[in-house]
Amino acid sequence: MTTLQEQFDATVAHSDRIEPRDWMPEGYRKTLVRQIAQHAHSEIIGMQPEGNWLTRAPSLRRKAILLAKVQDEAGHGLYLYSACETLGVSRLELTEMLLAGAQKYSSIFNYPTLSYADVGTIGWLVDGAAICNQVPLCRTSYGPYGRAMVRICKEESFHQRQGYELLTTMMRGTDEQRAMVQESVDRFWWPALMMFGPPDADSPNTVQSMEWGIKRNTNDDLRQRFVDMSVPQAEALGVTLPDPALRWNDERGHHDFGEPDWEEFMAVVKGNGPCNAQRIAHRRRAHDDGAWVREAALAFAERSAEESRA
Amino acid sequence: MAHPTPDPNDDGGSVYDGLLEHHEVAGDDSQWAFGTDFEDPLAGMDTTVPDDVDAAELATYCLLLGDDALVLSQRLAEWSSNAPDLEEDIALSNIALDLLGQARLLLARAAAADPAVVPALPEGSPAPVEDALAFFRDAADFRCTRFVEGPNGDFAQTIARLLLFATVRLAAFERLGDHADPVLAAIAAKGVKELTYHRDFAGRWFLTLAQGTEESRRRLLAGLAQVWPLYPELAEAYDVGPEVDVVLDQVFAVSGVERPEAGRRVGGEHHTEALSRLLAEMQSVARAHPLGVW
Amino acid sequence: MPETEWPLWEVFVRGKRGLNHVHVGSLHAADDEMAVRHARDVYTRRNEGVSIWVVRSTDVTASSPDEKDPMFAPSGDKVYRHPTFYAIPDDVPHM
Repeated sequence: MTTLQEQFDATVAHSDRIEPRDWMPEGYRKTLVRQIAQHAHSEIIGMQPEGNWLTRAPSLRRKAILLAKVQDEAGHGLYLYSACETLGVSRLELTEMLLAGAQKYSSIFNYPTLSYADVGTIGWLVDGAAICNQVPLCRTSYGPYGRAMVRICKEESFHQRQGYELLTTMMRGTDEQRAMVQESVDRFWWPALMMFGPPDADSPNTVQSMEWGIKRNTNDDLRQRFVDMSVPQAEALGVTLPDPALRWNDERGHHDFGEPDWEEFMAVVKGNGPCNAQRIAHRRRAHDDGAWVREAALAFAERSAEESRA
Repeated sequence: MAHPTPDPNDDGGSVYDGLLEHHEVAGDDSQWAFGTDFEDPLAGMDTTVPDDVDAAELATYCLLLGDDALVLSQRLAEWSSNAPDLEEDIALSNIALDLLGQARLLLARAAAADPAVVPALPEGSPAPVEDALAFFRDAADFRCTRFVEGPNGDFAQTIARLLLFATVRLAAFERLGDHADPVLAAIAAKGVKELTYHRDFAGRWFLTLAQGTEESRRRLLAGLAQVWPLYPELAEAYDVGPEVDVVLDQVFAVSGVERPEAGRRVGGEHHTEALSRLLAEMQSVARAHPLGVW
Repeated sequence: MPETEWPLWEVFVRGKRGLNHVHVGSLHAADDEMAVRHARDVYTRRNEGVSIWVVRSTDVTASSPDEKDPMFAPSGDKVYRHPTFYAIPDDVPHM
């Protein structure tokens, strides 16, 4: 007779999926809740920097694309909260933990969007980095998480393409537009690299997460992959990536690149990024302002149920 | 969207491998909302104005319908990331996207019917006519009703406005299905399905808020009182009558809400102060780059 | 008073005639009518002709002998480790 732990280990070792009713180590559950919640929060907070330009999109077509994209992000957050809910934590609890600062979201969304080019750069670099992070998660060991990621990744690849397409269009435009694109890329390149998290040496949870099949690649692996992907894309676009150390290394078969400013990263993670306070205040306001609506719908549902029983 | 994604240089192949083969959900190829994949909403349509239709009148009417949709879409988009819950955020964005789609078709129809309505742009501007009309027209030239111009208010006021708007517009669109201009008729036929949904969404929330809690009922009545004085102007602009009253009276009755008696507000020949502010924001990027391509 | 959340619903969609309804995910709604509307908005983008079923998550009775956790043994018929039937340890889940 095998123990529950052995069954769990065997399932993960065979790259099979763990499902909600399976026995799982408490650490596995906690790590999943933390990671999925962080993903979900990132989608929801991530609506804000792009949403900042919704009312100012410079063409009706771009307005439709941006609105559809920000709406997708609400959907992604919803799918991920649902995956998390299979683990015994409710969306409301997760939202409250976000607002209390007990759970994080991606540090990238604590940077401001300052021009319309940022909408394109976020699509290209930020969604691109998210895809690098997330595509391997379609094969993550926890079933509901993997299924949510499949759906999300599919939509994200559309997002990345629309961002890149906006930038290529702007590069065909006026000198001011080209300058706007370059300035935006200058601001977002380093924060995008930080999206993969601290260097492996400083990422103590990675080993356990990989053993559990929750994570599939190390931070540094994914960062390298992202740089290698982005360099030819930047060339095709006609922008310069703001890293003097960036060059192809024949021996490694990869690009060498400079070190992100990890002190800045830690400051942003700790709450001192340009927009941390603003993003959380915005989310809190929306949540608080909506309380009476949510309550009214529940009261109405209860009353209707009573009436139909009577 | 024509850009092919370059292959990352790793041994495992592209991280995008297999990504687009997953079709877990039906209808998933409707990935993007209507209107995101084209620049000319009327591409491929014969836009010749029939002989028995006055082109200038048709253009003016399409501008009214298009501007109303554009302005209310802009207002509803302000709910993005601000709605009471994620599901409602998504629903309100859907409605804003529908109205934006209607606006694009109607502005393009107006421009094709009577090019004189399109403002002159600086030489070399690549902006399509729909954008010329949306971004380079001044407030005074907009044809929208005052009903759609004001700020959203709270969720209850947004619902009250949307209920009245969708009910009136649906009645008008149902009639336009046999308009002498086949293009407008086709636009209306498409819009009927959307507006039916908008009306149901708003009607259901109207009832829910009216019968929910004391607080929600108080807010709903306040929101309704806020939007009502401009309602007669809306009904008149869309030339609708008793058929709309029948629907509204039903919603009011089932919700236990009295039809407001507030008088009609004068001054309908001019816009509100809110419109020029809304447009200043909406037009700011486009106008800063009149020769820009987007 | 702590807020009560809208209950959780499971969504099943039939893409076209001739196919089965397939579980596509879940969502929150106050009642069944709202759940259907939300499902249409969230999971089908209101694609007409798509048939939707919604079921309260707590109303689904589960049996999956292959999935093993004694936690579910006494009332082993629930689908999820949902708060309704799963107590959350106090220390969940800090960074």
